[in-house]
Amino acid sequence: MSEPKTSTVEVNGFPCRVWAKGSGPKLGFLAGLGGLPRWLPFLDRLAETRTVIAPSLPGYPGATGHTELDTHLDWVLAVRQLIDKTGLAGADLLGASVGGAFAAEMAAIFPAHVRKLCLIAPFGLFDDKEPAADPWAQRRDNLPGLMCADGAKWTELVAPPDGANSVEWPIEMTRASEAAARAFWPLGNTRLDKRLGLIAAPTLILWGERDAVLPPTYAKKFAAGINGSTKVQTVADAGHLAYLDQPDAVARAVLAHFA
Amino acid sequence: MKLMWFHLMPYTELPDDFNKKHPSVWVDIHSSLFDPRRAHHMYNDFMDELEYAAEVGFDAVCVNEHHSNGYGLMPSPNLIASSLARRTTDTALCVMGNSLALYNPPTRVAEEFAMIDCISGGRLIAGFPVGSPMDTCYAYGQNPSLLRERYYEAHDLVKKAWTEKETFSFSGRYNQQRYVNIWPRPIQNDPHPPIWIPGGGSIETWRWCAEMDYVYCYLSYYGYKAGLTTMQGFWNEMAKLGKDRNPYRAGFLQFVGVAESRQQALDLYSEPAEYFYGRCLHVDPRFALPPGYTTEATQRAGIEGMMTKAANLANPSTKAALKATNMKDIVDGGYVLIGSPDEVVEQIRHVGTSLNVGHLMLLLQYGNMSKDVTKYNTRLFAEKVMPKVKDLFSDWEDKWWPKPMAKGQRAAVPAFRPQLAAAE
Repeated sequence: MSEPKTSTVEVNGFPCRVWAKGSGPKLGFLAGLGGLPRWLPFLDRLAETRTVIAPSLPGYPGATGHTELDTHLDWVLAVRQLIDKTGLAGADLLGASVGGAFAAEMAAIFPAHVRKLCLIAPFGLFDDKEPAADPWAQRRDNLPGLMCADGAKWTELVAPPDGANSVEWPIEMTRASEAAARAFWPLGNTRLDKRLGLIAAPTLILWGERDAVLPPTYAKKFAAGINGSTKVQTVADAGHLAYLDQPDAVARAVLAHFA
Repeated sequence: MKLMWFHLMPYTELPDDFNKKHPSVWVDIHSSLFDPRRAHHMYNDFMDELEYAAEVGFDAVCVNEHHSNGYGLMPSPNLIASSLARRTTDTALCVMGNSLALYNPPTRVAEEFAMIDCISGGRLIAGFPVGSPMDTCYAYGQNPSLLRERYYEAHDLVKKAWTEKETFSFSGRYNQQRYVNIWPRPIQNDPHPPIWIPGGGSIETWRWCAEMDYVYCYLSYYGYKAGLTTMQGFWNEMAKLGKDRNPYRAGFLQFVGVAESRQQALDLYSEPAEYFYGRCLHVDPRFALPPGYTTEATQRAGIEGMMTKAANLANPSTKAALKATNMKDIVDGGYVLIGSPDEVVEQIRHVGTSLNVGHLMLLLQYGNMSKDVTKYNTRLFAEKVMPKVKDLFSDWEDKWWPKPMAKGQRAAVPAFRPQLAAAE
């Protein structure tokens, strides 16, 4: 697994790290809870045939500036700037979890910005009858199992790499959690249901069958709301961050949809 | 030194198996445990106790705000304070306080505090806590990443509402109001009622209190031994900022149980203390640290170890490490001071001088302590301890104490005669 190319773009005057790797048509990736503290095997699969571009959302690892974003409109416009500044306008867009909610917003509000859309267990909706779990009120030892079917995958994601600054690393992980909370507290409900009807891009919705954060039944609610052609696919043996649990299966499904 | 009588208003009838059967005393404590008819008696007992404390001569009575909380039955301390305003005459009313970011618009706080100040003839101390994670982020759904910014902005708005003479518009990041012009206005208008800030051990809060000339209060349940590091940190920071060591810049909370002898104190206060430290502080750790609640500067200080102890102590829910729940450890740890009056005098003087705290807030009711025992504790403290500690810090001026109207100018509140009211 080779390292991606790192660059930085500014959003509202704050730096956001951009990782890029591979060749072929561009594919944007907006990560889920926890962001990308490290490059992933999943992204390597995608990079075999596509140029993967993964900008960090404000506050996610490698990025700051979440503190400037007070409203959902602020967030949506920050993501739009990220898409524009990384040359992803008009490309295929993949978003997972919190990144999925923003990918859906891009396709809904700026339809020319997204060719095809793929959402992996996106945030944005809330159903009283099947409430989503609270990712920000968990005992420490429960969190890995909430994020992934195999909790070790989450632990691996957030573990400090060799040579990491022992003070700054945990702060950066907390900052990623804060950024997600800032945008989605308390229920993850951004009233995205009001805008799903604006999505015209062909959309694939992937959901880990063992998602413990957002019930897999939410996939149907997204499919029902989206206007364009929509396909729902369940990922076996995968939790909320299905791309960590099943990198190969998820990458195959994504690449097939974007083909 | 000022001796202030503080009530948390704990629900006194949590079952013996509470900790086994219930994950948390806070946020999701089950409604079936709350009997409103029993709470009727609890509230009335608690209010009797506060009135009694005023009657026997405490300098202030203190109330505070909690939500969805089995050890704090005051979602609105202002309701209690307004009742106390009518049933006390010279005692300061310390509302410790209103969590500013929870009020929409925050001018509600400016108004209600002004009402209490007017009704009481200018006896209000206005406490502005950020609020605990459990109260603010979980019970009240506030965004932890926005909480502090909202708090500071609400503070600016409330202060301006108290001091600005003309109707003004406020265009803040979180609050937009075209016409701010509160009626009533506080009696204490030179420039406003004293503002006290209950906070954890964060350097930012200390600096802010110094800059604004507010009283900093460290309200820990873990007593003077655990509080020493934090208060030393506070005074070191004041020294760096060129502020004097006026002990009235600070407030501190301490549990006390006084009796004729140490043994009698143990007999009387072990059960309520163990009830409090066992059941009342049984908080699910999942509600401890919403991301963004703790600033990055404070996280950094904590991780770097400078402040590890203070930061841990600052957060009422990360106390798991301490967690003494039996009376011996509770007393050894200094959470609760107990003893004969003379023994308590000695300890209180030690607390005052070692922490350099001029405003001592005393919890003389805790856990399931009955009204009789509470009044006994309160009376004994007032009669036999207070006279021997009041002289502490007498060479310092308390510039942060309420300045009420002159006694002769204040309204005479007619005596309440319930038997007559009932007969009518």
